[in-house]
Amino acid sequence: MKQVTAQGLPYDAWKDNEYIENLVEKLRESGTNVLVGTFDKLINWGRSNSLWPLTFATSCCGIEFVSLGAARFDMARFGWEVARSSPRQADFMMVAGTIVHRMVPVFRRLYDQLAEPKYVIACGSCAISGGPFRKSYHVAKGIDDIVPVDVYCPGCPPRPEAMIYAIMQLSRKVKVERFFGGVNRKESRKEFLAAHPICENAEANID
Amino acid sequence: MANLQETISAKFPEATFGEGEILPVNIPDAKLHDLVKWLRDEQKFDFLVTIVGMDWVSSMGCVYYLNSTTTGQYISIRTETTDRDNPMLHSIADLYHIAGIYEREVYDFYGIIFVNNPDMRRLFLNIDWVGYPLRKDYDATPEINPVSVENERQTDHTDVWEERPDGTIKHSRPRIFAEDDFVVNIGPQHPSTHGVLRFRTALDGETIKKIDVYMGYIHRGVEKLCEDLTYPQTLHFMDRLDYFSAHNYHHGLCLAIEKAAGIEVPRRAQVIRVMMDELSRIASHCLFIGTFCMDLGATTMLFYALRVREQILDIMDKTCGARMTFNYACIGGVMQDLAPDFVQDVQALLDTIDRNYKEYNKLFTGNVIAQNRLCNVGVLSHDDAISYGITGPSGRASGWACDVRKTHPYAVYNELDFEQVIRTEGDSMARFRNRVDELLQSKHILEQLLTMLPEGDYCAKVPKVLKLPQGHWFQVVEGCRGVFGVYIESNGTTKPFRLKLATPSLPAAAVVDHITSGQKIADLITIGGSMDYIVPDMDR
Repeated sequence: MKQVTAQGLPYDAWKDNEYIENLVEKLRESGTNVLVGTFDKLINWGRSNSLWPLTFATSCCGIEFVSLGAARFDMARFGWEVARSSPRQADFMMVAGTIVHRMVPVFRRLYDQLAEPKYVIACGSCAISGGPFRKSYHVAKGIDDIVPVDVYCPGCPPRPEAMIYAIMQLSRKVKVERFFGGVNRKESRKEFLAAHPICENAEANID
Repeated sequence: MANLQETISAKFPEATFGEGEILPVNIPDAKLHDLVKWLRDEQKFDFLVTIVGMDWVSSMGCVYYLNSTTTGQYISIRTETTDRDNPMLHSIADLYHIAGIYEREVYDFYGIIFVNNPDMRRLFLNIDWVGYPLRKDYDATPEINPVSVENERQTDHTDVWEERPDGTIKHSRPRIFAEDDFVVNIGPQHPSTHGVLRFRTALDGETIKKIDVYMGYIHRGVEKLCEDLTYPQTLHFMDRLDYFSAHNYHHGLCLAIEKAAGIEVPRRAQVIRVMMDELSRIASHCLFIGTFCMDLGATTMLFYALRVREQILDIMDKTCGARMTFNYACIGGVMQDLAPDFVQDVQALLDTIDRNYKEYNKLFTGNVIAQNRLCNVGVLSHDDAISYGITGPSGRASGWACDVRKTHPYAVYNELDFEQVIRTEGDSMARFRNRVDELLQSKHILEQLLTMLPEGDYCAKVPKVLKLPQGHWFQVVEGCRGVFGVYIESNGTTKPFRLKLATPSLPAAAVVDHITSGQKIADLITIGGSMDYIVPDMDR
């Protein structure tokens, strides 16, 4: 695998090639069977061009996500237009908006319900760090304490162009994953979830 | 006003009066219910604008803002209690439908228990939340209330403190739903709740028996955050409450601060602000039309409606530098002057409005499916609209002329020629059509403003460090969804002592229980959509 790019954007136009190169490096270290590698490429080509988002928006960023779906920015061009209302049918979750204390368990459950392989984009400053509400008593200071994040998309709210770029970065990341014979990213998620466990007996919480 | 003061003191000798634009009446808690009842029945103060919870350190209490829909007069009533450990006040939940929810908010923030309120639960925070966040002595250490991925503890019971005839208080825990009710949970992750709102819906077959509106999934504590910021710094939160009425909310807070500081706003700035308000209104209603029709299955309407919105966002982008969260109006005027081709762009926009208006009506309003789903669904009567405090296009659909731009004109609205769009049916169709028709009114206003845009400064000279004198101020403006009220209490420093934001979306969500009861579950989407609430606006 040489230069990883997506949606026909030239390699030099991407902002953070170093990160992707590190991922590719990791892939090379573990070695790839030629046959499996070819299947991987084929599957990933398909996956990276039909990422389905979960309809998930809590506040302002969600409105820009609506604009993204409408005619002007038209995310259908890239194969992302199938916004699913059920997490079980979605590939990735664009966390558009602030996540507050009460929302955290719900959000985490939505993430757990997404089918593997799954991805998260932290969209907007609230999702990244708490943003302008960081000092509030009821706001989570960044979602990366709750779920593993794949792409950060800064802005308050990010312009639709920025969101397009963020999802393009995600599809690039999908391209360098191994689908057969172990996904190279899976380990880090396992570690993350081990460090951030969820309550076992949810029933105990009902009064 | 003097007249009213005399009548009150003749009837309630224990009342004392303060000075202010809106008559402040201080009344002991024991007489509060009688006074409010008398004001409502005899003096026609039938609209409860908001209840402001307060912590004056030496005492705690509430400020009630009442408005008369016949005379347009405002009155504020203060009542307090010095008991900090177990503060109790009398409820007025039996006088105004919306008061119950407002009192729950005060209980959540200050821990003041309202005696005789039939549903005294926390509104935004978990039942296990430690402390009352808006109290001045609240301990905000994150370890006390940590972020947790464990499911929140749920309860089927509510708390009621009832006063017995002998004056003692009895605490009981009745059930929210009946024992054998079939309760379906809708939300918080649901495409048609327009954000993270949750309805606990008790069903009898397909018919809705009762809805418990469960909020707080996007409660960000804006009011508390504002207390640690200087006045100009508080402004940017207005963009993030109701992000469609960003300009209108900015306008409201700026007006309140300017009124307090005695700042004269240049005429050009006033005209620019009103232009931005009306542009936001068109953009907001367009998005409403799009998402509402999409909820009902007419997906393509979203694309037609967002076409106009994108055109407006381009205009905003050129002048304010952002597509949303503009932070444009500032204290004394606006941040920067209009972009050079603003007038031309707005003119081009206005030329398309008539065409779009016709198109929306042709595509959707007359459609037989739309007619069947909207007409006579979720009827809200005129009196209930007032008692629930449903303002904006939804209130006007119930025949209540509640447009602040007409009743209490601010900026240059009194020079403009426009009409309140009023319908009397009170159903979902009326609410929908009101918003579509307001596109034309906003267009008409903008046409007039374009011809009267004066030259001059766009911002007054404002001191770098802005201190407000001691006192309190209340300002209402017309947001895109209804009356937006700002209450500022200052103790003479650069930061507000208390900043209360009374938003129109909270009543709009609270009324859903009332207008859906007896309707079919499928109509919940129609009715909720037609109320057009914005969840971050109600949760704040």
